[in-house]
Amino acid sequence: MFLGVDIGSTTSKAVILDSKLNILSASVINTGTGTLGPEKTVKAVLSKAGLNEKEIQYSVVTGYGRMTYQKADKQITEISCHARGTFFLKPNARTIIDIGGQDAKVIRLDEDGRVKNFAMNDKCAAGTGRFLEVMARILDCRINRLSVLSQKATEEINISNTCTVFAESEVISQLAAGVKRENVAKGAHKAVAKRVAGLAGRIGVEPDVVMTGGVALNKSVVDALEQEIKEKVTVLKKPQIVGALGAALYAFEMIDM
Amino acid sequence: MKESKTSKQLLQELLNQHYEEALEAKKSGELVAWSTSIAPQEFLETMDIKVVYPENHAAAIGARKCAQEFIDNSEARGYSIDLCSYARVNIGYMDIKESVAGNIPMPDFIFCCNNICNTVIKWYENIAKELHIPMILFDLPFNHTYEVPDHSVKYIRGQFENAIVQLEEISGKKFDYDRFKEVMKISSETAKWWKQASNEAAARPSPLNGFDLFNYMATIVCMRGKKEGLNLFKLWAEELHDKAKRKEGPWKDAEEKYRVMWDGIACWPYLSDTYKVLKKNGINMVTSTYPDSWSIIYDSNDLDGMARAYSSNYANRNLEFGADNIVKLVEDFSLDGIIFHSNRSCKLMDFRQYEVQRKVSRRTGIPSVIFDGDQTDPRAFSLAQYETRIQALVEMMEQKKKERANRE
Repeated sequence: MFLGVDIGSTTSKAVILDSKLNILSASVINTGTGTLGPEKTVKAVLSKAGLNEKEIQYSVVTGYGRMTYQKADKQITEISCHARGTFFLKPNARTIIDIGGQDAKVIRLDEDGRVKNFAMNDKCAAGTGRFLEVMARILDCRINRLSVLSQKATEEINISNTCTVFAESEVISQLAAGVKRENVAKGAHKAVAKRVAGLAGRIGVEPDVVMTGGVALNKSVVDALEQEIKEKVTVLKKPQIVGALGAALYAFEMIDM
Repeated sequence: MKESKTSKQLLQELLNQHYEEALEAKKSGELVAWSTSIAPQEFLETMDIKVVYPENHAAAIGARKCAQEFIDNSEARGYSIDLCSYARVNIGYMDIKESVAGNIPMPDFIFCCNNICNTVIKWYENIAKELHIPMILFDLPFNHTYEVPDHSVKYIRGQFENAIVQLEEISGKKFDYDRFKEVMKISSETAKWWKQASNEAAARPSPLNGFDLFNYMATIVCMRGKKEGLNLFKLWAEELHDKAKRKEGPWKDAEEKYRVMWDGIACWPYLSDTYKVLKKNGINMVTSTYPDSWSIIYDSNDLDGMARAYSSNYANRNLEFGADNIVKLVEDFSLDGIIFHSNRSCKLMDFRQYEVQRKVSRRTGIPSVIFDGDQTDPRAFSLAQYETRIQALVEMMEQKKKERANRE
């Protein structure tokens, strides 16, 4: 049995594979880096699979919290793990767009699934899940309802600021000026898509384009991204666990080799 | 005994001596100039005018982790966060005048050459204006053609001739052309040895730990026209050559697994952090675009050649040259990867960085990463982000090595 753990800034994910590469179980816990989230997610994934820790032959940890998690046998970056997981599920994937809680990355793959190049956001949180969280808070909307709110928009407003903090005050003044919440919500999704499309432009987009990470669950971002990069974007079934799946695949390879 | 000193010891001594002499000169009423880092120092050396380099000093302040105080000072006085952080540190220093990283005397005139950066003029103009002192400007136009065009050489030569007149006026002394010839010779020789030393890193494993380049760079900036500088670089090149002959790598306690180049200025406030992450992963930075920047070589007494040499540095050359230059480094130094420092301060370098990366990647196929940082502003760097990017580079380089091994 092979365990992959992906510790992000806002969620912790885990996947267990058997030796035939079937996914035995997966878990997503809404607590990110630290001790609690990773522990909970590993416990959950083990109990779902009906396994105990000793039955894990090898484990790989990835994600922002990988350096501080001591229990895995090896740590590998989220870039390689997302590439591995995505290629396993979708061998036609050539471009991966992964938007997580605090970072956004675009990864280019070759026909054998190897990382050709990648681009990541800089220190700024615009274009990440955090930006949408901030927008949801100002709009007094739960984060998982933000996309639905945006779909009701009658027109699209432009959020011009590239910085999350400035965008926040820009939106506050738009709301004060009477702009409708749903229109602002649509503008927020568009702003994320534009930012990420800029990253993608840097290294080039080649189909198939696959989206992973928690923000892939937000349909409005996906729609806006398709418009911006002018390519169809496929969202994997469980986009959040792709990094953990990649880590589990690496764990399998370590023993298999 | 002088012979028994290592180049590292000598380097420190020379740097201390450089700053002490400048401070001493100021005290005794002699002229002191502030100069940009790749300026024709030959003129100053000929006239025996002491000179200090604000870029060197700002880098030292950054490396001592005390840049923030100076940056805060200049920002509070209205200099934007979007300006070069060397400028912000230096302008802050002009007001504070005290740093644990060492002090420099205030200038009596400015010696500014824009071959390193098109916007540096504004920084130096501000100093001249604020202190009411003269400024000697060398305008070395950016080369949009692959080589330096003849009309630029003519234009630069004219400025060299004019600078001699300006220096005679400022100092009240006559320019000694025989001495000038001698200084030109020493400067070219020193540059040759600097280049020779950095070329030793082409050996596998490299005898040079590339972060040493950053240390020795301070001296190639300030000692190029002096015999002591010449001796230092000769000694360093010999040390490295011997080390390479003995097949000694960059570290005693670790093996050189990957060879990379570093594009851009160091991240001075995080010099050891950035270095440790590389070493931990067995990455040796064997070269950068720096060795060529001070490789200013020309025939003694050839003012046209000197003009061409000063205008030929990497930062002043067009995109095609920039890409060719790195492709050549990839080949000459057997590189496995490239680290691009996207330096918030340096618009000039960042401007073409993505395109250079694309061109080099297409032509060489080696992996590279870009990380965000700054040469001296400590606020623009995140160690966790840097580490993830470096680790991803290692994973890509490892993959390539495996593929190569499978093919062979």
